[in-house]
Amino acid sequence: MSKRDRLSGNEAVSVAMRQINPDVVAAFPITPSTEVPQYFASFVANGMVDTEFVPVESEHSAMSACIGAQAAGARTMTATSANGLALMWEMLYIAASSKLPITLAAVNRALSGPININNDHSDTMGARDSGWIQIYGENNQEAYDNFIQAVRIGEHPDVMLPVMDCYDGFITSHAVENIELLDDDAVKKFVGEYNPGESLLNRKNPISVGPLDTVTHYFEHKRIQAEAMKNAKQVILDVAEEFEKLTGRKYGLFEEYMMDDAEVAIVIINSTAGTAKETIKGLRAKGIKAGLIKIRVFRPFPVEEIAKALSKVKAVAIMDKCDGFNAAGGPLFNEVTSALYGRADGIKAINYIYGLGGRDVSVQDIATVYDRLLDIVNTGNIGEVYNYLGVRE
Amino acid sequence: MNKKDKLNLGNDVNWKEISPGGVINEPGNSDKFKTGDWRSVKPVWIKENCKQCMLCFPVCPDSSIPIDENGKRLDFDFDHCKGCGICAEVCPFSAIEMKDN
Amino acid sequence: MAYNLKESVKKPERLAGGHRMCAGCGAPVVVRAILRALKEDDHAVIGSATGCLEVSTCLYPYTSWKDSFIHSAFENAAATVSGAEAAYNALKRKGKITGDTKFITFGGDGGTYDIGLQSLSGAMERGHDMVYICYDNGAYMNTGIQRSSATPSFADTTTSPAGNVIPGKMQPRKDLTLIMANHNIPYVAQTAPMGNFKDIYAKAEKALYTPGAAFINAFAPCPRGWRYETPLLMDIIKLAVDTCIWPLYEVEDGKLTVNYKPRKKLPVEDFLKAQGRFRHMFKKGNEWTIEQFQKDVDEKWERLLSMEEN
Ligand code: SF4
Ligand code: SF4
Repeated sequence: MSKRDRLSGNEAVSVAMRQINPDVVAAFPITPSTEVPQYFASFVANGMVDTEFVPVESEHSAMSACIGAQAAGARTMTATSANGLALMWEMLYIAASSKLPITLAAVNRALSGPININNDHSDTMGARDSGWIQIYGENNQEAYDNFIQAVRIGEHPDVMLPVMDCYDGFITSHAVENIELLDDDAVKKFVGEYNPGESLLNRKNPISVGPLDTVTHYFEHKRIQAEAMKNAKQVILDVAEEFEKLTGRKYGLFEEYMMDDAEVAIVIINSTAGTAKETIKGLRAKGIKAGLIKIRVFRPFPVEEIAKALSKVKAVAIMDKCDGFNAAGGPLFNEVTSALYGRADGIKAINYIYGLGGRDVSVQDIATVYDRLLDIVNTGNIGEVYNYLGVRE
Repeated sequence: MNKKDKLNLGNDVNWKEISPGGVINEPGNSDKFKTGDWRSVKPVWIKENCKQCMLCFPVCPDSSIPIDENGKRLDFDFDHCKGCGICAEVCPFSAIEMKDN
Repeated sequence: MAYNLKESVKKPERLAGGHRMCAGCGAPVVVRAILRALKEDDHAVIGSATGCLEVSTCLYPYTSWKDSFIHSAFENAAATVSGAEAAYNALKRKGKITGDTKFITFGGDGGTYDIGLQSLSGAMERGHDMVYICYDNGAYMNTGIQRSSATPSFADTTTSPAGNVIPGKMQPRKDLTLIMANHNIPYVAQTAPMGNFKDIYAKAEKALYTPGAAFINAFAPCPRGWRYETPLLMDIIKLAVDTCIWPLYEVEDGKLTVNYKPRKKLPVEDFLKAQGRFRHMFKKGNEWTIEQFQKDVDEKWERLLSMEEN
């Protein structure tokens, strides 16, 4: 049913795209996501897929073409990073409000300015309220698995929302690692056919998409959109369960690492979780009850589940690879602390902004965060809430 | 877009019943919206002068000059005619006159 | 088949009444004319840039479009429809759909000359089998008559107001039709709804049924923005054509043909004086504006004629 290979994250995602064989891919190059449309263009050129590849003249047009294609009844995909995602911004909202389940490989990179091509999460975090489902992956395997599941999640009749498969630029996108790939047929069977009831190309039932919506109807349309995002949580879990049956690989809303008896924990997203797990191994060897939560699903945000998972810890550090510029903390910090509020009160929570613009984070750096948490537990003194890790003071 | 339900045209439609994504699945249903009351003057068709030359038909911005199956024009669609007077201006045979509404 | 107005009117109407365009607007006249050129059995996917046409013809829960219609945003109508066209090719190849669908995009001059120029250029260059129609009313009318790069020189708009020192818009119009012709796409035309509508119908038919990308620039007066009485729509159009302010021409596979050469070229004043937006040009001391306008029109007309010969 599966085969082992060694691929970069971008290769893995483009293989997933090939296996899914979507109807339309429209994309514009931007580092570090460029390889995805590059690989895919070669699949098209070599007749390995029967997709229409639209090499648009900008990311704005990429998302616009995806919207036109998906509204026409086509399964549609794209890939981008950083400023490319920012240029799509306007259309991200329109894709979501039009209930178009487009799949986007979002290869995380720092958003300008200043311009910087390395990894952080300022791009997709900025798009967190655009109405897209956001699923994050630690490594190439997760990026591949999430991409395949994204199609099923987005297209589910209770959801019908676009999905971002987010993974770290260079660290995941370019690093070659072992991976287990599904057979082409298994992927095709898993994702199935896309047959929306209504589409622009259904000549028997012509439709109009994207009307002007006045005060009389706009609010109701936003409300029905919000419901789809609520529905997505269960669908994500159901799809993960089905995927596990197929692959043996287990996915949830987030991953808990050494959380059973953890007294201090960090909450983190994407590849740095790998580094943090190394830190935890060292701490555990010293008898320190350290744990970690790695967010997989950021939209919808698993509020109750996170609160429950953190309910037994004494102190938690929430790690943001993106600043919030609200003079109070990063976006993940805001989400986690508001999840705790009224559900798991009294847990001491601090925030670290780390790794901006690709700044390295070492096992030792993360150890200083746990030291800080242990200090808070021992002294009861929380100190500064909004902190930076790895910036030169 | 995944539902094919009857579109609720009411202003009191609730969020559970509104069409997801704002899709309108009734092509051309704007004819249910009457723009005729925008009119301050109205065209009057003087049938006996009309030569059925059809020059008035394409100039109407509001598709308000109906045509029968033989390609002959009929009286104006006053549900939608906004009274712009373009048709009267182009008629070469004085078969359309603008009058107070 | 040779064009026959009386035959063309028998085709089913594809734009329903009940839309909210202003009384006397030129844009729906253009739209109806273009859609009449579709074969009866063909389905159309029609896109529109944000603008008067879009907000007036597709206002939830009503649509005036009897074919499929999509609007997504202002600057990207061509890209949006190019995606739908790509979907058609893919789904047709996979045997998921049958029948012929034509792809049409409408944009005002704001959505076409200005904010949408990049996506238009991209879609045309990629050669999607689609027709882009600009309904050119020479300003951003939907937001309240602001100047665009299609606004004629000296026109009084809300962002190029005619004042005591500056007599309206100081720049000449961008020549978008020739810019599109230089994309070397199979078909580009400049047209206007006029007379028996032969020019616009024939051009729409060629654009729709020539495989590949096509662009049509259609003159679409706006009574509110141009300040003339609504019944005069067709007179204003005729004056624009007879003064050579809006020449009718087409470029087929690189060959330019001027479709209409007025027997007597009228002075630009005839066009200008009919509209409130040019009224200040007739004030004492502003004579030079009319002279310059005439000079500009003459030069462009001569250039066009020379391009036809070459
Ligand atoms: S007055 Fe105007 S809207 Fe009414 S039928 Fe004549 S052209 Fe159409
Ligand atoms: S233009 Fe006048 S004569 Fe010709 S069809 Fe219309 S009403 Fe009749």
